[in-house]
Amino acid sequence: MIVVKNLVKRFGLKTVLRGVDFQVEPGEFVALLGSNGTGKTTFLRILASLSRPTGGNVRIAGCRLPAQAEAVRSRLGFVSHQPLLYGDLTTEENLYFYGRMYAIPNIEQRISEVLDMLGLDFHRRDLVRTLSRGMQQRLSIGRAVLHDPQVLLFDEPYTGLDQNASVMLDKMLSRVAARGRAVVITSHDLIHIEDLATRYDILGRGLIVASSTREKLGRGSLLTFYRQAFQGA
Amino acid sequence: MKRDPSPTTLRSQLTAFFRVIASIIWKDLTVELRSRELLTAMLVFALLVVLIFNFALELDVKNRTGVTPGILWVTFTFAGTLGLNRSMAIEKDRGCLDGLLLVPVDRSAIYFGKFISNLAFMVIVEIIILPVYSALYNVNLFHPGLLLVILLGSIGYMAIGTLLAAMSVQTRTRDVLLPILLFPVVVPVLVAAVKSSGGFLQGSELAEILPWLNLLIAYDVIFIAIALMLFDYIVEE
Repeated sequence: MIVVKNLVKRFGLKTVLRGVDFQVEPGEFVALLGSNGTGKTTFLRILASLSRPTGGNVRIAGCRLPAQAEAVRSRLGFVSHQPLLYGDLTTEENLYFYGRMYAIPNIEQRISEVLDMLGLDFHRRDLVRTLSRGMQQRLSIGRAVLHDPQVLLFDEPYTGLDQNASVMLDKMLSRVAARGRAVVITSHDLIHIEDLATRYDILGRGLIVASSTREKLGRGSLLTFYRQAFQGA
Repeated sequence: MKRDPSPTTLRSQLTAFFRVIASIIWKDLTVELRSRELLTAMLVFALLVVLIFNFALELDVKNRTGVTPGILWVTFTFAGTLGLNRSMAIEKDRGCLDGLLLVPVDRSAIYFGKFISNLAFMVIVEIIILPVYSALYNVNLFHPGLLLVILLGSIGYMAIGTLLAAMSVQTRTRDVLLPILLFPVVVPVLVAAVKSSGGFLQGSELAEILPWLNLLIAYDVIFIAIALMLFDYIVEE
């Protein structure tokens, strides 16, 4: 579903990604881990077609970036630590706006389905700026899955969430991923990520320095794996 | 080799293009109706500028008509810059610009949506300012030719202003950077707008005004074309 080969990204003289190779199959839930400034957000923004790669090949659902960016965008949903929602529109209006932009058929029905899934049906007429951070993040996921994309990208979705909101987000992500989509998530929260992801890739010095699966590592070993990857890097 | 799009594909692309434009305009108007941040700021600022000029210049009947185009365009320009900054800041503050850029449609639709919204806000302010100015300065501004010039000048101003606002909003000094970038670029539009406005107010022959009007139209077309070519590169990292 996602195939990245020798991806390079430079900002002026600074090279952020130095030849990343990365692949995700449908149904895989991949956690992209790494310390601050290793290029996780840059990597996801390139996959989301929000940033242009300096070199290398990126294919998503068979479409090349940046040449077929429009086709890629129709197949992916992106959630960042910012909500990407308008505070002065209601929950329902935000989804309606994005639904119209994506030309979703039976939009009212789809909005009801998504709000029901997110547990936000009761807040459908509330202005987004009056919602809690956790609710806004759930709605942000709703915006990303509204057009039922094949690929989902989550950039630090736990940022600024309290414990309860994080647990709720875990449930939400599990439900979203359980539908055979390819999911890539970046996070510093190893505890939440360990149970959610099926594969862990570590990004360091602009490269994938280590990769393993949940099956191989076993429960409770992610932190050790993470530390070892950085010692070796 | 790239195949030419079929008429059906072209029609569906055009439908998507206009749907995105309409959605952005709907969104901007709804947000403004709720918050009243943008129009209030533009309107109060424009009224203050008109009032300050009224007290500062102490104009007599003779030279009143002569300075009117200048005062009007200074007012519209300053109020427009305020509106442009706020309009793009709304998109940037919660990462909403990224939300728009993720939509699977040609990004020039996003530009047009924002451009038409910004233009609508500027026109609303102008509609309110014109009678106020007429009353304060005792000048009749309801001349069809003048109204056309105001519309054409606003189109040119907002066409390039929307593009530059999308650029400056990415920086920390966006409030300062936009006028610094915008004013030098927009000088030809302002000169043409002031000259043709003055021509209509002073009752000049159409042949005298026409070159300025043509210049105004030419710059409108050039600015829109430049914006269409550059918008995608400006908003993408």
